[in-house]
Amino acid sequence: MTTHAITLTVNGAKERLDVPSNLTLLQMLRDKLALTGTKNGCEAGECGACTVLLDGEPVNSCMMLAVEADGREVITVEGLAPDGGLSPLQEAFMAHNAVQCGFCTPGMLISATALLERNPEPTEGEIKEALVGNLCRCTGYVRIVDAVQAAASEGGA
Amino acid sequence: MFARPGLPTFDYVRPDTAGDAVGLLQEYGEAARLLMGGTDLFPGLRDGVFHPKVVVDVKDLPGMDDILFDRQTGLTVGAAVTMNALTSHPDVQVHYPLLAEAAGTVASYQIRNRATLGGNLCNASPCADTSPATLVLEAEFTLCGPDPSTGSGRVGLRSVPAGEFFVGPGQTVLRPGELMTAIRFPPPPPDAAGRYLKLGRCKSGDLALVGVAILGYPDGTLSGYEHRIGLGSVGPTPLRAVEAEDILASKLPGEDAFVLAAEKAMGAASPISDVRGSASYQKAMVRALTLRGLRDVWSKMKEGK
Repeated sequence: MTTHAITLTVNGAKERLDVPSNLTLLQMLRDKLALTGTKNGCEAGECGACTVLLDGEPVNSCMMLAVEADGREVITVEGLAPDGGLSPLQEAFMAHNAVQCGFCTPGMLISATALLERNPEPTEGEIKEALVGNLCRCTGYVRIVDAVQAAASEGGA
Repeated sequence: MFARPGLPTFDYVRPDTAGDAVGLLQEYGEAARLLMGGTDLFPGLRDGVFHPKVVVDVKDLPGMDDILFDRQTGLTVGAAVTMNALTSHPDVQVHYPLLAEAAGTVASYQIRNRATLGGNLCNASPCADTSPATLVLEAEFTLCGPDPSTGSGRVGLRSVPAGEFFVGPGQTVLRPGELMTAIRFPPPPPDAAGRYLKLGRCKSGDLALVGVAILGYPDGTLSGYEHRIGLGSVGPTPLRAVEAEDILASKLPGEDAFVLAAEKAMGAASPISDVRGSASYQKAMVRALTLRGLRDVWSKMKEGK
């Protein structure tokens, strides 16, 4: 199997990596860069636990190859806030108890961050629509929607 | 490490030209799989449906992500244009709102950032959301493949109407070595109005149980209007409800004609019962969605938009 030399930016840092053809972006982030905030869930594009920002837009990192990210900019949940801090959206998730087991949370945060970027004042319906590709099996969605609305009303993600 | 094994092994190749892509498809045959958005490829790889030796990434070939509109010739969409690129494009929103609406109902927002129009069509799932829209907008698909007349290394293009492209579930008229490069939509008829109504198990994010695309426009028929009705998810291929269209060409628009046409559309549907819904429910929903869609299209036409 061929390997490919790729260069990309991950959470602001330039990375050069040799990746085999069949390595997914998710595997690269977790296994090669030790960015384990991004989760491996359904591996079928249903659950959204693996969602990252690719050039600012959310994508399922289990559904693309690492080599496809050559030359692109990736942001994971670890890159949402400066070192040691939390983004306003992350603060809102804490304040509204929008986290239980936490497995879906990184994907939820990424999708919601992208939503607030393109639509700073989303309605409840728009939030639900934007998060339909992020499944939660324990917290329930009400608190998550509340947290996104609160972050929006306090000035964004 | 991973609890589950990763993807099977294959070589990833990104050809620079359509000719190189066609060459790879010819060389590897069944052992080559095309990659654009990957939203159908990856589950297929993981489920053992596909066992490619090479995965050929064609989304960056020249023209594959173009969206070009011209009033005379219509809209040309590169096969690798993503659903979100399509729904958010001003020319698509203004001149082909039906297409924007259909593309916007596919899966989730992050999937729509990767899923492509060409992939949705070539995967040829009966429940693909964009195929009924291509039927009623009478799109032509540009297919690029080996050109037998010029010998090896050369490629030729052919154009296939949307209505002739789909053969069965997962089956199209694509020949070995061929790939779709563009989808061409003729200029919309003047004063046309359209809608795509989708029913899933939930309001958003699901596959279609029933998809109904309707385009209506003033024309020189007995009724003064022509309607095109495309149905998805209720037969082995997406289909036009021709008898329903004929009724609307002869009977004046209004509740009587719409109810009759919706009944005929239901008659055109031949769904199978599956885990997502029974055949009888899907048929009844074809009638309901067609009726709703015809009312919406009529009120849009009356508003002059």
